[in-house]
Amino acid sequence: MRAFIDIYFQQFKTSLAATLQYRASLAIWLIGHVLEPLVFLIVWSSVSNSSGGSVGGFTTRGFAAYFILLMLVNHITYTWIMYEFEYRIRNGTLSFALLKPIHPIHSDIADNIASKLITLPFILVIAGILALAFHPVISPSLWSLALVIPALLLALLIRFLIEWTLAQAAFWTTRVSAINQTYFVLLLFLSGQLAPLALYPAWIQSVAVILPFRWMISFPLELMLGQLTPTQALTGLVIQVAWVMVSYGLFRLVWQAGIRIYSAVGA
Amino acid sequence: MNTLRLFREFLRVSIMTELAYRVNFVVQLFQSLLELATALGGLAVIFSFTNNLGGWRPDEVLALLGIYFLLGGVIGLVIQPGMAQLIDSVRDGTLDFTLTKPEDAQLLVSASRVEIWKFIDIALGIGVLTYALIQLSEHLSGWQVAAFAGMLLAGATIIYSFWLMLATLSFWFVRVENILEIFQSMYEAGRWPISLYPGWLRFLLTFIVPVAFATTVPAEALTGRLTWQTLLGAGLLAVAMLVASRIFWKIGLRRYSGASA
Repeated sequence: MRAFIDIYFQQFKTSLAATLQYRASLAIWLIGHVLEPLVFLIVWSSVSNSSGGSVGGFTTRGFAAYFILLMLVNHITYTWIMYEFEYRIRNGTLSFALLKPIHPIHSDIADNIASKLITLPFILVIAGILALAFHPVISPSLWSLALVIPALLLALLIRFLIEWTLAQAAFWTTRVSAINQTYFVLLLFLSGQLAPLALYPAWIQSVAVILPFRWMISFPLELMLGQLTPTQALTGLVIQVAWVMVSYGLFRLVWQAGIRIYSAVGA
Repeated sequence: MNTLRLFREFLRVSIMTELAYRVNFVVQLFQSLLELATALGGLAVIFSFTNNLGGWRPDEVLALLGIYFLLGGVIGLVIQPGMAQLIDSVRDGTLDFTLTKPEDAQLLVSASRVEIWKFIDIALGIGVLTYALIQLSEHLSGWQVAAFAGMLLAGATIIYSFWLMLATLSFWFVRVENILEIFQSMYEAGRWPISLYPGWLRFLLTFIVPVAFATTVPAEALTGRLTWQTLLGAGLLAVAMLVASRIFWKIGLRRYSGASA
């Protein structure tokens, strides 16, 4: 355990240094992460204003709250492994990672946390500025807010494990961009990035309950906004825990199969 | 004419290269169709609650989306690959080979790389645009179509000049490709009418990053929103930016000293 913590700590320091080195790419990520929810905030505010100030239970200021908090939740839970894994396999850097006596996912976890520690203050400041510009209102109860932390952690875990699992498609094919894009489209619609799930037709909402996407982004957001009853909140947490177990199982399975057929380029 | 001839040659070479990778066509077609379906799905969700977005009707926003795809395709077809190559070749010195050729260097770097699969985006864009135009056809006059064609050309010119100026910065700075990526992500904002955005963002998307001229202004021409001031302004800006980017390119080129010089 002690050695494990040491390894994490070391990886953490490396990641921090690397992140600070590539400030420009950080800025690009930030702009992407701010611009999309901002555009949808503006679009939905306009829709709400043109229909008398409220749409499907969301007021204009409710939309502002939704999309500003969405920006935060999305930023906290996002990973970039799906862009990176194919590269690691193609140019063989995965081989070096495999030589280490520890699973490569750990360096990605440390990397993810380190990078977010640096970007989070920026995104919080941006959220503050957007809040001043768009006057969001939320009315969550205390218990609901208390559940936000575990819900966020579980959401991060699900998203991390699922995206790590999908990224391993690169073991079998080099054309992962089509798989990635399909995944991101599903995420856009079914995690609530395009519109609050409550605005969709009932059948899409039922689909969203079964699939993992809602539990990666929308659910913590619904808690923050105070939209759930205690029963719904607890059921949600249980579903999240179930998804963590399922996605962990998938991750192990795919890794074991993938690593067996992996042969580095040039080997 | 020379430009067209060169572009045709480069296009021929690109097609020959890419035809070796025919599966790419299927993958690219899938990705472009998925992107279009995503955009249409988004519009469907939004327009199930309203039929007016910032004063624009659904068919008008659809026309805007068509223009967004069309111009995005043009950017991805020649502008983006050419400029990315320029930045690389300034860094590693291979621009030498371009400069020794008996053609204008700006022309060569601008047309030398063609991502032929982006023709799919262009075709999809034209398809969406045509559909939207049929829906809007009762309101269309010949003048509007002419103004639209002019504004589309002006928009493409402005975007090209803007990219060329950014890429020319690589004669002074090494890591310029990041700025280009920022532009790509800001171009996304152009799929919605610019009038939707609050003042500061509208200013940013018009004058700092000229996305508005690429998509909203041509769409305004089609939907009878174009004022003659905008028409004149966009035309003048296109000419001014084309000249300015040419001058800037010349200045940058003078700084270029090759790989080992």
